[in-house]
Formats: sequence, structure tokens, C-alpha cells
Amino acid sequence: MRPAARTDTVETGTADIRAANAPAGVDAPAPTQENLLLRLAVEHFLFGEAAHLDNWRLDEWLALFTEDARYVVPATDLPDGDPRRDLMLIDDDIKRLRGRVARLKSRYAHREYPWSRTRRLITNVRLTRIEPQEVAVEASFAVYRSRAETIAPYLGIYRYALVREDNNGFRIRLRRAELDLERLSDHGAVSIIL
Amino acid sequence: MDLSELVIEDVEAGSFRVHRSVMTSSDIFKLEQALIFDRSWLYVGHESEVARPGDFCRRMVAGRPLFMIHGRDRKVRIFVNSCLHRGALVCRQDSGNAASFVCFYHGWSYDDCGRLVGVPDPSGYVEDFGKSRRALIAPAHVDSYRGMYFVNFASHAPSLSEFLGEARELIDLTMDSAEVLGGWEVIKGTAKYDIRANWKLLLENSADNYHFHTTHKTFADYNANLRRQAGLGRSRINNVDDSRGLVFRHGHVAMLTRAEGRTIASPSPLWSPEAIAATRKLRDELARRYGAARGHSMADYSRFLIVFPNLAFHDTQSGFKLRQWWPLAPDLMQVTQWELVPRHEIESLAGYRLEGSVTFQGPGGFGTPDDIEALESCQIGFRAHELAWSEVSRGMRREARSDDELTARGFWRQWHAIIQGRAGAERVGDLLVAQPSAPTQRAS
Repeated sequence: MRPAARTDTVETGTADIRAANAPAGVDAPAPTQENLLLRLAVEHFLFGEAAHLDNWRLDEWLALFTEDARYVVPATDLPDGDPRRDLMLIDDDIKRLRGRVARLKSRYAHREYPWSRTRRLITNVRLTRIEPQEVAVEASFAVYRSRAETIAPYLGIYRYALVREDNNGFRIRLRRAELDLERLSDHGAVSIIL
Repeated sequence: MDLSELVIEDVEAGSFRVHRSVMTSSDIFKLEQALIFDRSWLYVGHESEVARPGDFCRRMVAGRPLFMIHGRDRKVRIFVNSCLHRGALVCRQDSGNAASFVCFYHGWSYDDCGRLVGVPDPSGYVEDFGKSRRALIAPAHVDSYRGMYFVNFASHAPSLSEFLGEARELIDLTMDSAEVLGGWEVIKGTAKYDIRANWKLLLENSADNYHFHTTHKTFADYNANLRRQAGLGRSRINNVDDSRGLVFRHGHVAMLTRAEGRTIASPSPLWSPEAIAATRKLRDELARRYGAARGHSMADYSRFLIVFPNLAFHDTQSGFKLRQWWPLAPDLMQVTQWELVPRHEIESLAGYRLEGSVTFQGPGGFGTPDDIEALESCQIGFRAHELAWSEVSRGMRREARSDDELTARGFWRQWHAIIQGRAGAERVGDLLVAQPSAPTQRAS
């Protein structure tokens, strides 16, 4: 029996997500029909989210988050970094996330004007903890960004805490994109939403 | 190529031009390696990165693999990371703690002071081979200033202290400002990114206020919006009239801007009353310890210092960051950015420091990505070599402000002298205009 979800770590983006994700599948939820259907619902949600982002429907994407949400991208040399004390590439609360979206929608976010083309491949989706109110999810990703004569793949793992809603819907409370890159070489920056 | 005509200054005409081939030429790139990077003092790391005996970290410096290690004798050393035997890397992790390093190739081993302490089956060598006083080699000169370690690969070099010269005063202001909080330490996590542009473009960019309101309009808008929501008027951030550019001997340049939102120690009106009170208390403490003028400089001004040739020392509203960049080709550089935090940070200010840290600077911030875009955009523009010159004359005919191009000219004058084989520029400042005095610093 895993401990219940901790409520004191909402703002951290690390301790919470680490506690939420089971180690290496050993005691991940069993593949019961109910759990597999839940996974399909999660995949449906993640694929829909990816479609919003690939089509630059940023307002629709932003509406998927809870008010206490966190979007985190750790440094490439410290994928398990803790935003409370370590250097992060991105550590957005909902205020800064709204600012990020407003910025990307303006024509003055020069790195993304005109917008780059992106394609997100999301796979190996695993529910690592299932609770009545929330599911913890991890998924491998490849986000290809194409712009200015360069195509650069961002590779890594997503860690989500998804709040369960009615009709198999979800809202994002934590969204953490850990990169497998040693550095942002051809990418230069993380100017898109990963 | 006539090197003397790559940078042309015409004081009478108020013209300062840089030939764009310096951003694209592989001959210039090679000259820079030999005359600048093989001869200059180069930053390696901060003492806090190797705080305990056995702590080590690896760095690539001017293309050489180096590592810095805190020996059991409490001395910090910097070695060339290459086995004396055949050359393999002896330190194979980016950081960690170790008492010895064993080369994986043939097993030669070194202790944490760099001494060769083991050679497997030494009988094949002359007697006592492995026990002789061999040690990993170090760059010709290794020295530190206020916890920052530098190396110089040239046999003849000025002392680090002489090289830093007047820039030391700006470094001192920042270093002293955290003494009451236990001093600075580098936190974990490093921003590592490449820019497909010439390395000198980032130098120009790193102490330039002229581009702020155009390149960083979204950041300015974001801040203005936060203030509006809090019922506050326009911010004084980047107030050009209360800031200035400085140039120093040896080509170091700096920009000072009056700023709000510095956790050491100039509060933002957006902060909680508790955080504002804590910041004011800290500012008073600095004034008490270091005098009113010096305390004012420490607390209220952001310092954007560039240590020639490739280290940005930025103590700003975005926190205290060190950023270094290496040219890999005329049109490609690798950037590394570290963040320093007071060892005993005031609790109520940590959140605001974190907010300042991630909002603007770094590859995921609201500012840096657009700087990268600007630099890469320039580099593409240089492909049209018919347009041969860049214009760097802004502010030549007046007391230079922080949004003038004095700092870029200071760098270019030093660069141009060195690239022609001279030790340095006779004059790094503008000629017609006397340098204004900074709050407590003097320009050369």
C-alpha cells in the first residue's frame, strides 16, 4: 500500500511528483480492466493536449490547468532537480504560465515569431499511482521543433499529476518535462511549451 | 586581410565600425584562439563547487579538458584532465567526490592532489618509475579572486589581480554584499545551451541596454501587467537616466542600472510587507558595514560586468549569475550559466529570488530566448557580405549612458589591439567625452 497523496508539496513540483511515481514499474497499478480503461482515458487527454500545443491553441491548453498548477522543466544536467533550491529552466506557477502564453501569442516573442512547427510523439504512457481524486502519470516524449533551417528534437519524460474530473476528464496540477539532453544544442532555448 | 582595418574609429566623424568578417572568418577564429583564448585569464569555477576535500568538477576551458579538485591538504587545484601515460580522461564524471582517480585505460592512478600514486606492474619501467614525483599537469597559471578560479595557459601573463584591475571593485561589491548571509554558493543545475552565432555577439549583448525595450518587450509587458494588477504605476526598471556604462583596462566592460526587485537589497513594491521589511533591513545592514555610498551601490544597482573575454558576471534583478561562452566555430558558441545564492538566504526572500531567477534569464525565461534569436538573426544577416560593416557609434559624442554602445566599443578596442598582436588597447574608453563617475566606481 503506497502512502496517500501528500497535500503539503503542491508547490514543489519535485518531491510530490517523485512520491507520486512508483519506482520502475515494480508496484505500478495492476493491469485490471478498470486501470487499463483509465489509462486509455489518460492517453486520450494527453493526445488532446499535444494536439492543442502542436496547433498553437494556447488558450485551450491553458484551460487544462488547475489554479494551483505547476509547469516545470529542470536543467539538463539535473533532471531530478527540486525547484525549491536548484536551478530550473522553467518553473511556472499559473501566473507565470499565463504570462508565458500571453508572450507566445504576441508577435514580440521573437524566438517564436513566426511560430515554429512542432510535432509531439507521446508514448510509454504509464499510470504510476491511482487515487480517487488524482492519477500520477509518466510518459516518454519526443517533441520536434522545426524552424530557421533546423529541426531539433526535445527528448525526455513527462511526469504529471492529473486531477480526475467527471466523464473521464482531467485537469493538470503538475506537469514536469525532464529532458534526456546533455545540453540544448541545436535547440538553443526552450522557447516552445515542451 | 588587413587586420588594422577590421575596426575603424573616426573620432571626428563620430563613427565606429566593425567589419562583419570578424564574425564569419575562420582565419579570425584561429587568430582568436591563439591570441585571446590561449593567452587570457579564463574563468573555470567557483570555490563553492568544490567545498569539501575530495570534491571535484570538470570543465572544458578553451577547448581543453580540465578539472578542479579540493585536495586532502585543503588546497584547490586545477589539472589538465589527461593521463600522463597515453592521454585518456582520468576524471570521467562532471562532478563528485573522490580520494583518487584511476585511469580506466591502463590503470594509472592519481590522488586528490594530482600525484601519480599507482602504475600497474611497474616492473616494465625503470626502477621507481611509479613512485617518482610525477603529477597531473596544470595550466601555466592558476589563481583565484573572491572565490572565482581562473587559469591562464600562457607562460607569460599578468597576475590575475592586475588583469581584473578596476573590475575588481564591481566584483567586490557583489561578493561583499552576501558576506552577512554567509557568502555565495553555486547551486546545482546548470543552464547549457548553444547559440548559432559568433561569440562576440553575446559579449555585445550582455552589457547592452539599447535592445531592452525592443528585444524584451514581452518581458517588460509582463512586469507592467503585474504592476497594473497590483495597482502600481510604471516601474523604474531599466531607467536609462539612472544607469551607466563603464569600460576598464584589459577590455572588461560593465553596465550599472538602478533596479528594484534585488533580494540584496532593493525591494520590489510587488513583494509582501515581510519581504520588503527584510530587504530594507539588509540594505541598512550593508550601509552600516560598508558605508552609505558603498551600501547604496551594492543594494540598489544591478551590475552587468563582462570579464574579458567570455565571462558575464551578472548581479541583477534576476539574481547573481555567471555565464561563460566558448566559440566552437565562427558561427557557433556554447554557453553555460551558473547561479549563485547566499548560503544563509533570508527565508521570506527565497521565493522572490527564485521568481526573479527564472522569469527573465536562461533558455526557458522570457528574455534569453529572444536574445538568442537576435544573435542568430545577425549571424544570418552577415551572410550578405556585401553589407560589410556594423555600426557601433551610439553615444560616442555624449556622456555614455547604459543604452549607448560604449561598452561594445571598449571590448572592440581591446579585441582589435590583441588581434593585431599587441598586448592590449592603449585606450578602451571614448576619446572626446570624459568618463562620468559611477556611484562609487571609477572608469579608466
